[in-house]
Parts: sequence; C-alpha cells; structure tokens
Amino acid sequence: MNLEKVIFGFFIVLAATLNFGFFVGEVDNPLHHDIYELFAALVVSLIATVLKLGDRTQIGAVQLSTSLVADLQLIAAAMMWGYAVHVSATGLTPELTSSIVSLSGGALFANVVSVVFLIAETIMQRR
Amino acid sequence: MTPLARHHSIFFLIMRRLRAPLLALIVIFAISILGLTLAPGAPDATGRPTSLSFFHAFYFVSYTATTIGFGEIPESFSDQQRLWVIVCIYMSVAGWAYTLSRVFALLSDRNLQQAISTQRFLRAVNRLGEPFYLVCGYGETGRLVVDALDRLRYRVVVVDSDERALGESELQAYAADVPALCADAGNPEILKFAGLTHPRCVGVLALTNDDNANLAIAIAARLLAPRLPVLCRAETRETAVNMASFSTRHVINPFEKFSEYLALALRNPAAWQLLIWLTGLPGTTVDRHRAPPHGAWVVCGHGRFGRLMVEAMEGARIPVTIIDLAARRDFDHPWVRGDGTGAQALQQANIMRAAGIIASTHNDVDNLSVAVTARELNPDLFVIVRQNQAVNHALFDAFDSDVTMVPSKIIAHECLAVLTTPLMVPFLEAMKGRDEPWCATLLERMTECHGWAVPSVWSVRIDLSQTPALYLRLMQGASMELGTLLRPPHDHTQPLACEVLYLSRDDGDDILMPDRDTRIRAGDELLLVGTPAARNDLGFTLGNEFALHYVLTGEELARGWIWRYLTRPRKTITAATRRDPVSPDRPPV
Repeated sequence: MNLEKVIFGFFIVLAATLNFGFFVGEVDNPLHHDIYELFAALVVSLIATVLKLGDRTQIGAVQLSTSLVADLQLIAAAMMWGYAVHVSATGLTPELTSSIVSLSGGALFANVVSVVFLIAETIMQRR
Repeated sequence: MTPLARHHSIFFLIMRRLRAPLLALIVIFAISILGLTLAPGAPDATGRPTSLSFFHAFYFVSYTATTIGFGEIPESFSDQQRLWVIVCIYMSVAGWAYTLSRVFALLSDRNLQQAISTQRFLRAVNRLGEPFYLVCGYGETGRLVVDALDRLRYRVVVVDSDERALGESELQAYAADVPALCADAGNPEILKFAGLTHPRCVGVLALTNDDNANLAIAIAARLLAPRLPVLCRAETRETAVNMASFSTRHVINPFEKFSEYLALALRNPAAWQLLIWLTGLPGTTVDRHRAPPHGAWVVCGHGRFGRLMVEAMEGARIPVTIIDLAARRDFDHPWVRGDGTGAQALQQANIMRAAGIIASTHNDVDNLSVAVTARELNPDLFVIVRQNQAVNHALFDAFDSDVTMVPSKIIAHECLAVLTTPLMVPFLEAMKGRDEPWCATLLERMTECHGWAVPSVWSVRIDLSQTPALYLRLMQGASMELGTLLRPPHDHTQPLACEVLYLSRDDGDDILMPDRDTRIRAGDELLLVGTPAARNDLGFTLGNEFALHYVLTGEELARGWIWRYLTRPRKTITAATRRDPVSPDRPPV
C-alpha cells in the first residue's frame, strides 16, 4: 500500500464529493447551496493540486491540469459569491446563485474527470 | 552536470520541492478562515451575535498572515474572535517563515543553480542563428583563440571543466555573448548540448590541456558531425598519430609546429618572417627578427621539445651540442651532462663559439636563467626561449630574446589561419617552395605597403552569395582584370590598399601572387591581404552593382527607372552596345 496514493486518492475523491454536495439542489435557490461546502471544496481541491505538483508521469500531468481547472472554476464561483453578498446592492439573487452553481458544476465535471483518471491509473496498475 | 530532460522544467522542479510549504500555507489559511467565520462577533442592533463572512475573513487573514495588519475590519472584533485571531497569527507567521526559509534554501541550492545555468546555456546555444565555433578548453590557448575569433566577429561557444577559468570568460569584454558551460568536454552528450550537431556549428576546436580529452572530442566530432572541420591540440606524437588515424583534419602539435618553423627559418628566413607576419593574432604587431645563423648551436634540455629542435637542426646540417641533467641518450651529438643555468656547463658546450642557443626545458625560470647566462657569456648569440606559462610573459618581454616560443600562441595562430582563411595553407605551402630572394622581395614590398602590424587576411569566393554584383556581371559576359577591380569605391583612380596573395581556380590551376592583369573568372577564390578598411571597401564593391560599375568604369550608374529612361542610350548608339545591359549610361543631353 502506497501512502502517497492513499492521500492523493482521498483528496481527489473528497474534492469531487464536496463539490457534488454543493452543486445538488435547485440551481437558483440560495438555500440549497451551503457556503461552507463551497469553501471546503475549494480548499480540498487546492490541496489536491499541490499534491500533484512535480509528478513526472503522463497521467499525473493530466491530473494536475484537470485539478487546476477545478480550482479555477471554484475560485470564480467563490469570487462571484463574495461579489453577490458584499459588492452588489441586490444580494444573493436567483440569477447570481444560478451562475455560482453552474460554475461549481463545471468544477464538478473537472473533478469527475480527475476521478476517472484515478480509476484508470488504478486499473492499469496490475500489482 | 547533465541538463534536465525537456519536460522536467525548472519551474516544476521548484514547485515539487515547495510542495510541503504550499500545503502548509493552504491548510493554515483554511483553518484560520473557517474559524473566523464561525467565531461569534459583536452583537448587532437586535442583540444577535454577527459573524464574519468568508469574504471578510479571507480579507482579514490575508493581511494579518502577511503581517500587514490593517486592524479589525469591518468592525471591532468580539473577544471570542480575538481569541481565535491570536491562534491565527501564530499559525500563519510560522507558516510564512517556514515557506520563505524553504524558498531561500532552494534558491541558494548549488544543484538548482547549476541546473538553471545549464538550462540557460542550452537555450543560448539553441538560439544561435549565426555560424559559430565550438571551443573546448578555455585555458591560455582557448582564451587567445576565443579572443581572436570574437575580434573577427565569429560567434563562439565555450566548454571547459574549470569553473574559475569560465568565470573569467564572463568578465572579458567580448563583442558578442559567449555561452559557456562548465562540464567535461570529453563527454559526447555535453558536446551535443554545446552545439556539436547544431546546424550552425562550423568548426570544433579541441584545445584542452589533456590529450585524452582532445582525443575524445576528436572522435566524437568525427562520428557525430563528420562534415565539421576539427582542430585538435596534441602534445605527444602518439596522440597526434591516433587522431590522424581516424582522419582528423588538423592536428596541431605546438612543438612540431615550431620545429617546422625553425627548419623554415634556417632554410628561408624571409618566408618564415612572412609567415609570422601573415598568421599573427589580429590587432598585434610582429617584430622583425634577425635570421637564425648557421653556426654551431647549443640545445639546453633534451625533452620532448629539445629532441624536436635537435632534429630540425640536423635537417639543416647544423652542428648541435646538447646540455641536459640526465645521462646521455643521444649518441649522434656531443652531450654535456650538467645544469645549463650555470656558466660551467655552457662553457663546456663551447658557448663562446656557438651561434645560437635554444633554452628548451619545461621550466620557465630555468629557461630564462640559461638564456641570460648564455647571452652574458656571448652577447651575439641568437637566443630561442621556450615559454611555458603565459603569466610569465613580462619576464620574457623584458629579456628580449630573438624568438620566444609560446605553445599557446602557436596553436592559436594555426587555428585561426586554418579556420578563417582556408586558402592560407595552400598559399604558405606554395610560398615555402619559392626561393629566398623571391620571398625577401615579397616581404619588403608587403611590409612597406602595410607596415609590421598584422594585416587583415581574408578570402573571397566569386559566387552568388559572397559577391552577387561581380558574379552577375561576369555571368553577363563582362570580363575584367584584378587591377581594375581592386580600387576603392570612392575614388577609382587610386589602388585599394590590398593585394591578392593566392588565386585558387576550380580547375586546380592555382596562381601564387597573381599579376594585376590576371582575368577573373566566376568560381575563383582569392586570398587577399590588406587593411581592414580595404576589406570593407572591397566587400562593398563586390556586393553592390552601382559601386562595382563605378569602380570598373569611373561612371555613376543611374538608379531610378525615370533617370534610367532619361539617360537611356540614344538611337545613334550602335545596336551592339545597346544590347549590353551594363553599358555605361550617358548623362542627359
């Protein structure tokens, strides 16, 4: 058992599950989407990215890129949330909520791809 | 030090080493922010405790963790919040301190610095868009050669295993950037990185002071880049033979080279003088030497060099006496066993009646001591001293010997002559075949015109790329003589301050010192000697059709279409002239 693989797999899957948890619910209803879940998804995704830095394998490089995509999408969603609550006069309207959730949906897709790669890598290893 | 593979860029190398600090920072930030959003703040108007949003918490942690500290924003904190902030501050300061210490440790890491400089070298070599020479070994010889090549406006790439020597290359004021790599030049991989297989590499010079390394470079160049000319320094005969065995084109043994020079000097002093003048380092002035006399000679030190000197003397049928500390090895010549630095051994060798002495040991101080003592005993002696270390040049300059033999200079001269003017070798061969008076007249004439400063020597091939204007004119059927061509483009009545030494024709019909009325043909290659200004002028004339027209006819060619139309040949001119596209245009009537 490789501890590095355990930790990395844990963070990848956790990033995907947290992201999914934030994403599910009515797309324009702020009550269905918890800010703490978004925060946790972002932090876990960042950690997963740093863990993949310097991986010399081909699959590691691709995972780094999907992970970066997820980070980018989640950061955009978080900035959108901050803008809605603090900058715009209207607060968290259904329109803004739906765009935040759809951004996190994009991140979810990237995370799913990461998980698929993780599975593929695991299957390729015959040990 | 081998460069990193392409996909392992320096950036990822650094990121990989910084993984732990980055993770620590992310975790510390996440904990601090989360805690701040959970901690109850000051109560609002209705009495319910407020709390910081993620936005404000991130803002606060960002400026607190980086010790900027704007204060408690947006409102004064409650004591619960302050309690958590204390924890945050100590966590984040520790986190940043850890991160920064890792960053600085990484930046001062020798391996990383070397990786970065290697990467930079690779990029510099790959980007070289001009022809360049690969010089292996940046010792005394390498420095002379690089210096001269840079003066001649060639690009150079240097490889040496001595870091201090390379450090000096950066301090030298070269006109062009000289990429330098500190690595073992005997390693073929290193040679490839340094541009051995680069399409712009035009020559390899193996000038390290290690014969084995030079041999390795020669064989690597022979196999990896067979089309490139390779110049190799060889200190021993065995190495030279070995190099020649796999057809290395130019093997330079400084001692053998000097013995050739000495043999030439004894046979034909004027040719020797001419050779020194033509192959000197650019930007220097050569001294006029007196011719070595044909009396009895004394050779002090019978090592590798001394033996060659004795052979050269023998070739000229000159009696030689050898002084050496070792027991007699050579039974053909008188042998004095003793220390040449003392008067006793010299007197035993009959220095009072000798015509010349060669101080040829491998110790500079001994050589000088021998030379000074010998000259005191016999002031008319012709003195040849071997100088081994370049740093001692002040002593040798002060002594003022007749000839100072400096191995590094001999190699440098030879390299430059072979590389920059390939026609020089056939010219020198042809010149050596001529008799003494012919060479003496040539030498007198040349040095009267150009002085004793080392002249500019260059070669020109009459083809489309080097001399487009002249080539097109010759292709159109024009014919011209050398004398009419060698005129400055500003005043065609004056001769240009240069001369043609050698003319090489495609059909092998080469001419030594062609006359001024020799006709030029397309495909000729000329070896010229003259001033740098003349070289520039000639280059301009040969490449510019208007300048060429003026030089040949003394008339200006009309440049624009309108002026050409206005000055077109009139109907009164015969049809034959009109068809000639390069016929001189007349001024408008």
